Amino acid sequence: MILQVQNLNKSFGGISASSDLNFEVAKGQVHAIVGPNGAGKTTLIAQISGVLKPDSGNIIFNGKNITKTSAYRRAHIGLARSFQITSVILPMTVLENVMLAVQSLSGHSFRFWSPASRENHNREQAQQYLIDVGLGQRAGALAGEIAHGEQRQLEIAMALALTPQLLLLDEPTAGMSKDESGNIIKLLNKLKGQITILLIEHDMDTVFALADTTSVLVDGHIIATGSTAQIRQNPEVQRAYLGDSLA
Amino acid sequence: MFSRFKFITARVYLGFTLLLFMVPIVTSVTGQDFYLDLLTRVLILAIAALSLNLMVGFSGMISLGHAAFIGIGAYCVGIPAYYDIHNGFVHLGLAMVCSAVFALITGAICLRTRGLYFIMITLAFAQMLYFTFVSLDEYGADDGLVIYKRSEFAGLLNIENATTLYYTVLAVLLIFFVLLHRLVQARYGRVIIGSKHNEQRMQALGYNTYKYKLVCYVISGTMAGVAGFFLGNFTNYISPEMMDWTHSSELLFMIVIGGTGGVFSPIIGAAVFLLLEEFLSGITIFWHLIFGLILIAMVLFGKGGVHGLLLRWDEKVTNGAGQ
Amino acid sequence: MDWHLLISQMLNGLQLGLLLFLLAAGLTLILGIMDFINLSHGSFYMIGAFFCASLMAITESLIFSIVFAVIGVFAVGALVERFIVRRLYKNDHLDHVLVTFGLILVFDTLAHMIWGSAGRVIPLSDALNGQIEFGGFVIPAYRLLIIVAGLTVAVGLYFLVTRSRLGMLIRAGASNRSMVSALGVNIDRLYLVIFAIGAALAGFAGMLIAPITEASIGMGNEIIIVAFVVVIVGGLGSIKGAFYSAILIGFIDTLGRSYLDDLLKLFISNQSAETAAPALSAMMIYLLMAVVLAFKPQGLFPPGGLNK
Repeated sequence: MILQVQNLNKSFGGISASSDLNFEVAKGQVHAIVGPNGAGKTTLIAQISGVLKPDSGNIIFNGKNITKTSAYRRAHIGLARSFQITSVILPMTVLENVMLAVQSLSGHSFRFWSPASRENHNREQAQQYLIDVGLGQRAGALAGEIAHGEQRQLEIAMALALTPQLLLLDEPTAGMSKDESGNIIKLLNKLKGQITILLIEHDMDTVFALADTTSVLVDGHIIATGSTAQIRQNPEVQRAYLGDSLA
Repeated sequence: MFSRFKFITARVYLGFTLLLFMVPIVTSVTGQDFYLDLLTRVLILAIAALSLNLMVGFSGMISLGHAAFIGIGAYCVGIPAYYDIHNGFVHLGLAMVCSAVFALITGAICLRTRGLYFIMITLAFAQMLYFTFVSLDEYGADDGLVIYKRSEFAGLLNIENATTLYYTVLAVLLIFFVLLHRLVQARYGRVIIGSKHNEQRMQALGYNTYKYKLVCYVISGTMAGVAGFFLGNFTNYISPEMMDWTHSSELLFMIVIGGTGGVFSPIIGAAVFLLLEEFLSGITIFWHLIFGLILIAMVLFGKGGVHGLLLRWDEKVTNGAGQ
Repeated sequence: MDWHLLISQMLNGLQLGLLLFLLAAGLTLILGIMDFINLSHGSFYMIGAFFCASLMAITESLIFSIVFAVIGVFAVGALVERFIVRRLYKNDHLDHVLVTFGLILVFDTLAHMIWGSAGRVIPLSDALNGQIEFGGFVIPAYRLLIIVAGLTVAVGLYFLVTRSRLGMLIRAGASNRSMVSALGVNIDRLYLVIFAIGAALAGFAGMLIAPITEASIGMGNEIIIVAFVVVIVGGLGSIKGAFYSAILIGFIDTLGRSYLDDLLKLFISNQSAETAAPALSAMMIYLLMAVVLAFKPQGLFPPGGLNK
């Protein structure tokens, strides 16, 4: 098991966003967490990535308890994430964005004199990640001026540049056209098997296209886990969440 | 190497620097010492503005307490001088160490907060320091100290001479400019710029943004301490009033007039601010009214300050050439 | 221990606290609801004092002067909001700081042009100038009036915020800004009214203090920074927080000034102690704020939800 979430509890002013939340992610899998709006998906990913600290419970990553580890340190031990709302450094170029990620892994950044852009090794690596996600031609464009779908691809490139063992994706196809989300799904399918992916999703098509295992999150806890095909058929799940959206 | 000077922005800044070199020559020929003094003050405050812009423009930390560092630098001249220690190396060393330590301690606390709270806590620390010096009867309290003798640099540099002082300040200003110019493009600069625009993303990329911002705070504070060292020497008089919050606001104005987007632009901002002040105060005793209105208009309508204006000009020229 | 001195100092502390509250009440709403930093809030304090002084010279009645001056400051506040501040809500805090600093220069110079550089005295009637004996204690009548007036406004504000529809919107805005627009309220008008009420409260504070200190240029620029401290310590957007922290800070400042020097005299020379005491008590206020921000960044009394 690469990730174990144990008895996670988190509440905001009496409203519980995670309550006795338990699940595990097996190495090499694409594991999806689905659930209706307000189920606590965003709070969950915030806790796994270290932005929020749980009130109680544990998060175990590769056998190590990382519950109290800060967000930036988690990136160094192999946990990378994308954000639900596109989150890149807008005034920098696409390449510069990925270089920031590469730079993060290649030693400290208390270097005040030589220009970062002349670090050829970092630049080449970053360029390679851009090619991998299909943004090779857009390296010189400003991140703020590329299309929404491209920004999401860029996010994934940045996350991949951290050479993660576990990739947390928070609704990677949110707000995309059919074409754009098709691209992302193709890209993620390519990564399948190389990297473990924890996919937080609202869109069922994406989940069915990608996930090996699916857990259903309702009111802050997991009500069912199983293979994606099983979950699709599970009547309890259909009642609680999928409802008539599948009908 | 000189290819970048094909841009108007770079040419204007280069031309402005050359003008600054000419000032003492012109004033000595025309005998207008007053303007040498005024421009010396411009350069000193330009150092402070340059350092503040590293925080505000590049790292997104809006401080309303930057004048505190100027005060520290100045008192590091005044207090030793009060005890008949006139060694400039001691003064300058003290100014840098004290402002760096003050920045490290207060920055460590300030950076726990964000936005409005950051503005207010930087202000609070500056006020604490202000009142500390007001309470020190030994060093003149409210009235401050007169410095009878400027810092001595073992005969290497005589800053009692107005022209020497001018060129010394100019040299330090340009050295700081080059350092910051390199810094913002280096690894470190990428990280603080990234943190300004999206701190959570930078943390997710594995950066301890707190540490990087704290170092930024210390660099900025130390540079402002050096500005204070020169200001104390220049005015020959120091008082807690130098740390008043209104002076911190004035520094913010300088960098906004120059434009927060450039490394050089705060120097222009300081010049515009002080020359405008000088010009207007010669016209009427009610000059603050016009000055205030101009400042408001600059914020409301002058997007990006002088730097933004020049960049837009460059863009127009480039686009025009392309068609 | 001199009990008379202690009690009279406590009354001074209460008086300062109430003045700070009047300043901070508007400031905290403007910050909490509009997320706007108004450094020029102290200018309304000054304008109030000058308006009152001028009206006093015409009407020779303090009550009339105050009523009309409050209306006048309300109007000035509304104009400032309508034509300048409103353009800035969407900008960042840096722009707020700069524009309102520019406004301070403008208002100070306008005051200089209209009323001259010397400042204006507000003369008090003999009755108000007198003293009131109260169970063996002698209290200056006017100070008692300030306290009563300050408390009355505080109570009135409490009812306004807790009982009226406007107050409901204010509380909703302070705890959750997007909620107010969801309620289908005219946000522009709400902000205008809040800003103008804040200005009027600051102006009222200036009117109350002017007969003691006289109306002078820049009188608001020092105290406004303390009012900001009050707001931060009390919690942004919290009227209740502003009240308690204003009283607390009023006491710290006044008692610090009068008792710290006695304490310091044990260690340093008399003269040094007399210089140090007021500065150190002023410093304690900022120290309090730094400690609150470091340990309870939301302030001591953060505004609650709608039902609180």
